[in-house]
Amino acid sequence: MNSLYYQKKLSRNVGDKFFTSLSVFCAFIAILPLIFVVTYILIKGGAQINSDLFTLEPNPPGDDLDAGGINPALIGTLIITTIASIISIPVGVGGGIYLAEYSNGGPFSKFIRFGVNVLAGVPSIIAGVFIYALIVSTKILFGSMYSGLAGGMALSILMLPTVIKTTDEGLKLVPNELRYASLGIGASMYTTILKITLPTAFRSIATGVVLGIARAAGETAPLIFTALFSYYYIVGFEDLFYEMGSLAVLIYNFALEPYDAQNKLAWAASFILVISILTVNIFSRILAAFTQKTKRV
Amino acid sequence: MEEKLILFKNRKRFGIEKNIDIIFKNTTLVLSSLVAVVLFGIILVVFIQSFESFSRYGLNFLVTSEWNPVKDEYGAFTAIYGTLVTSLLSLLITIPLGVGTAIFITEDFVPQFVREIVGSFVELLAAIPSVVLGLWAIFVMEPFFRDFFAFLHNFFGWIPLFSSEPAGRNSLLAIIILVVMLLPIVTSIARDSLNQVPKKLRNAAYGIGASRWKTIFSVILPAALSGIMAGVLLALGRAMGETMAVTMIIGNSNAFSWSLLSPGYTISSMLANQFGEADGSQVSSLFYAAFVLMILSLVVNIFAQWLVKKFSLKY
Repeated sequence: MNSLYYQKKLSRNVGDKFFTSLSVFCAFIAILPLIFVVTYILIKGGAQINSDLFTLEPNPPGDDLDAGGINPALIGTLIITTIASIISIPVGVGGGIYLAEYSNGGPFSKFIRFGVNVLAGVPSIIAGVFIYALIVSTKILFGSMYSGLAGGMALSILMLPTVIKTTDEGLKLVPNELRYASLGIGASMYTTILKITLPTAFRSIATGVVLGIARAAGETAPLIFTALFSYYYIVGFEDLFYEMGSLAVLIYNFALEPYDAQNKLAWAASFILVISILTVNIFSRILAAFTQKTKRV
Repeated sequence: MEEKLILFKNRKRFGIEKNIDIIFKNTTLVLSSLVAVVLFGIILVVFIQSFESFSRYGLNFLVTSEWNPVKDEYGAFTAIYGTLVTSLLSLLITIPLGVGTAIFITEDFVPQFVREIVGSFVELLAAIPSVVLGLWAIFVMEPFFRDFFAFLHNFFGWIPLFSSEPAGRNSLLAIIILVVMLLPIVTSIARDSLNQVPKKLRNAAYGIGASRWKTIFSVILPAALSGIMAGVLLALGRAMGETMAVTMIIGNSNAFSWSLLSPGYTISSMLANQFGEADGSQVSSLFYAAFVLMILSLVVNIFAQWLVKKFSLKY
């Protein structure tokens, strides 16, 4: 007689409650790792931040007194990611332009899009193995073996699929009317692309590329046997052809050291790396949300 | 088609501009084909380098677990087994957790802004570099789980998976850190596929009197299944290739053991550990292991893409 009212004890309602709480529980578990990781990095890494950290060389492990700073690794990360960007951005943007603007969905472009997805799934350490075989072991770069240049090349392989994908997708979002208008008043294809479509899609492409760079900056696996590691300041251009340290490899090496001083340095490096990566990510998220609200037609 | 071509050629445009146009197009064509060159280059180079080891050990390499540079005997069974076990078990934990979280984000149990915050927290987790997660695993996670592992061993030691004394760094820790890394992938892909299920289906189910979870289990999840499966496969590929965090926490021992509480090995951690110092036929054997890893992840990835294409939602 009460069947029109909500009945708590009904099995479907009990079951619903149960699964809802299960789902809430899953979501709760899912946000815990980020909170714990970031908190520990802020506490443990933040405590190590001082001016020496940015200016000194790390001391080789063993003398347990003072670990020094991470200056060479910080500069090394900047250099290696810059090299990777210099290689992968032109190639990726160019390839993306072809896919979005010139290809007409034929087998070639299908194959390339497929290849981009497959390349994105190649384990990052394989990129390191590939560059090791191609460049490090053959000493093809003016006789140098492990070098910052080789490390940058390995990273560029990982960045390439991201850059192509974001360019391709960013250009596809540009309304066709803009292209018609440009071609209609007599502009050639390349003028249209360079002056109309690329600038229109600039913001979304730039966001994707910056996120790709942030991701590459934290990659370790491709660097551990291409760029290796170095304790010494980077002083000149020729250092590109020698072993080069990076924040990521520093964290890996020093986390496994038994000495407390080195471990602290690893936490400090994590602090800098994570703060910069999260800043870039959050900023691009806000930018994307802002763009969506004020979207131009 | 031909008519268009003639029109194009007859257009009053300076020859140089036409040439620039053609050069530009072909440049982008070459740049996009570089993807294929790199991909085939990787496969080819790794295969050629592994050839020496391949011809010496053949397929025995896959089933023996002797790894002895002194005696020049190599077999990667422990590493291959470790790769498969850690990635599959971590996936087994991640799937319910990730899909549950995705349901939480797409349903309206709580106000929108809470769900958005949960969603971005999970996605930001993907941005944390794996080496940082490894550092965190060594110094925070391992001490946290130490007592739990002792408990597991004491009470469930009769199960082969927990039969050994818990080591400081072991396969189970690697599985847990892999769950942390896979969670964002599975959650975000599952969320996207759940969002793509048309509202009509949900309304129809509600209309004939299905409860919320009856709707989710019988209508929405089956409709989103292909997308979720593809996400799961992508996560599997990622788990198999994941290097840093696993290398730092798995213990890196080539001694084979059924127990998850003893140190293990994966192909990628073997590469990370030994590549720098290897020489002679060890290098070739490492390349062989890398080749196996690449084939595994290629197969999983290609299958995932095929699945997406084959079963993508057709509403």
